[in-house]
Amino acid sequence: MLTVVVVSVIKALIVIGMVLNLAGILGWVERKGSALIQDRIGANRAAIFGFAGAGLVNTLLADPIKFLTKEDVIPRGVDRLLHTLAPCVALFPAIVAFAAVPFGDRLRIGDMVVNLQAVEIDVGVLFLLAMTSLGVYGVVLGGWASNNRLSLLGGIRGSAQMISYELAMGLAVVAVVLTYGSLDFQEIVRRQGHMIGGWIPAWGILYQPLAFLLLLIAGIAETKRAPFDLPEGESEIVSGYFTEYSGIKYLMFFMTDFVEIAVVSAVVTTFFFGGWQVPFLASEGFVFPWGWSVPLPHVVVVLLQVAAYMVKVFIFCCLQVLVRWTMPRLRYDQLMWFGWKVMLPLGLANLVVTALVLLWIQG
Amino acid sequence: MFFLLSVPLVLFSLGVVLARSPVRSALSLVVALFLLAVMFFLLDARMIAALQVIVYAGAIMVLFLFVIMLLNLQHEPVETARPGQRTIAGAFAVVFALVLGAVALRGLPTMPGPGVEVAVTPSFGSVESLAERLFTRHALAFEVTSVLLLGAIVGAVVLARKIPR
Amino acid sequence: MTTVPASWYVVLGILLFTIGALGVLVRRNLIIVFMAIELMLNAVNLVFVAFARQQQAMDGQVMVFFVMTVAAAEAAVGLAIILAVFRNRETVNADEVNLLRW
Repeated sequence: MLTVVVVSVIKALIVIGMVLNLAGILGWVERKGSALIQDRIGANRAAIFGFAGAGLVNTLLADPIKFLTKEDVIPRGVDRLLHTLAPCVALFPAIVAFAAVPFGDRLRIGDMVVNLQAVEIDVGVLFLLAMTSLGVYGVVLGGWASNNRLSLLGGIRGSAQMISYELAMGLAVVAVVLTYGSLDFQEIVRRQGHMIGGWIPAWGILYQPLAFLLLLIAGIAETKRAPFDLPEGESEIVSGYFTEYSGIKYLMFFMTDFVEIAVVSAVVTTFFFGGWQVPFLASEGFVFPWGWSVPLPHVVVVLLQVAAYMVKVFIFCCLQVLVRWTMPRLRYDQLMWFGWKVMLPLGLANLVVTALVLLWIQG
Repeated sequence: MFFLLSVPLVLFSLGVVLARSPVRSALSLVVALFLLAVMFFLLDARMIAALQVIVYAGAIMVLFLFVIMLLNLQHEPVETARPGQRTIAGAFAVVFALVLGAVALRGLPTMPGPGVEVAVTPSFGSVESLAERLFTRHALAFEVTSVLLLGAIVGAVVLARKIPR
Repeated sequence: MTTVPASWYVVLGILLFTIGALGVLVRRNLIIVFMAIELMLNAVNLVFVAFARQQQAMDGQVMVFFVMTVAAAEAAVGLAIILAVFRNRETVNADEVNLLRW
């Protein structure tokens, strides 16, 4: 009993550590990435001994210290309780959403088998949807509690946008769940383990390319980043729902953004790119279709899988940073048009086709 | 564990009714619904618990908050209740609770089986078992519900549309 | 959690339902009245789930599923009505919406 608790706590700590560090690193990636895209050097003041690459470490340390020591301004006339609550409400579901996503296969330590997944529930996908649907409260509360018209506008925009794109996201997820026949993330990843014709890894992207696009787009819309950054819209409504925030609370909204990026990447990786699966890596080591095989100890296999998962997640995080600095912001009517008249019908069509094909295959 | 959940649940429900500002009222309801979802989860209704959060907390309550913000309902100065209405309502509520309690107490002892502490099969509350019941015994109701939802969509769109004058 | 008899859940359900009923009777703000109704629905849901667990019957949970669907439909239509009322009369106070016409 005690070991179970200890293992659970360790897993939870690993996941939280992974998420928060990834969020910090993404802050740096975003700055450097934007500089790269805009053809400037950028973000080079945090270098250590003139070596800009070390700026990553420096940014990870300097940023939090800067935010923590700043004054926390609470404007007059705000609802103090809700104003303080909003950033916490925004950050909490984003981090908790990670609990259901597996970051590795089963790890055997002696007699004990540890499922590398913070929470083992059979409705993991629904849990994730539930948590992402709670993310909207941070925006709504922040917008409402700030007692500022522009914040309120941002909050209203945010809630409308997030409800609209949640539908397309849900439909894409349902199609994926239909394909794998399971609501358990670990099970979904395992089903992607075999090879098609011995060569091509059977990753979800091959079965559900449209769902991948829908999920990625809806995911970016849920994270409220460009081209879907209307709730923030700094050229129109200052900073939208977090205009009136500063110091540590601003940092929390800021973190929420990056954690949400990580969530979207993790979900996309798990659904469509095999999660922790490494091509040709079986539980005993590499087995290549042309007959070679490299036997590896169990721990190395598991570590390789965890590393593969992290690399995949990071790649999709970078993709989202790229998208954010490439696309112009949508107009509000375009946003709604796209969400309701493009994403939703496509998602429905994808679902119906998936169901029909499944029916046909299963006779 | 039961009290750990139920006491805040009752408090937040009271918050829904007593809060001055509609936003606070709605937020208390969100917390109450979330606590209920946790309770469902502990009662082996995992699917229902997830749906509770997705549908209620994620969709319905956001809709409420959206409307409150859209109408910009700030604190109401004073509730313009008619005199005596509160006392009558309070008395009614107490009587109502007593009647319900009496009925429940009369009904409960006759129910078969022990308390909730029965052992359950692992599949109880799973998606499969719910779906199996939903699409066999309750298939007709399910279909009717889909028509109801369609009607609700059309109705909501018609009502909320700006009428050209 | 599993050692609690079902009757406790019934009592909790009654309490929540009564609070909801009280809200409907006392509050004049249409939106809050509406939320109190949602609370009453959820009180019933709780009892359904508790009994489903006790009776080992999934039908209780199926009922909750239907209640949620109907609540979603009701919320959409109800809020649309509130919006329409507000647009015409500039109020969400139930006492002032006393003409059975637009």
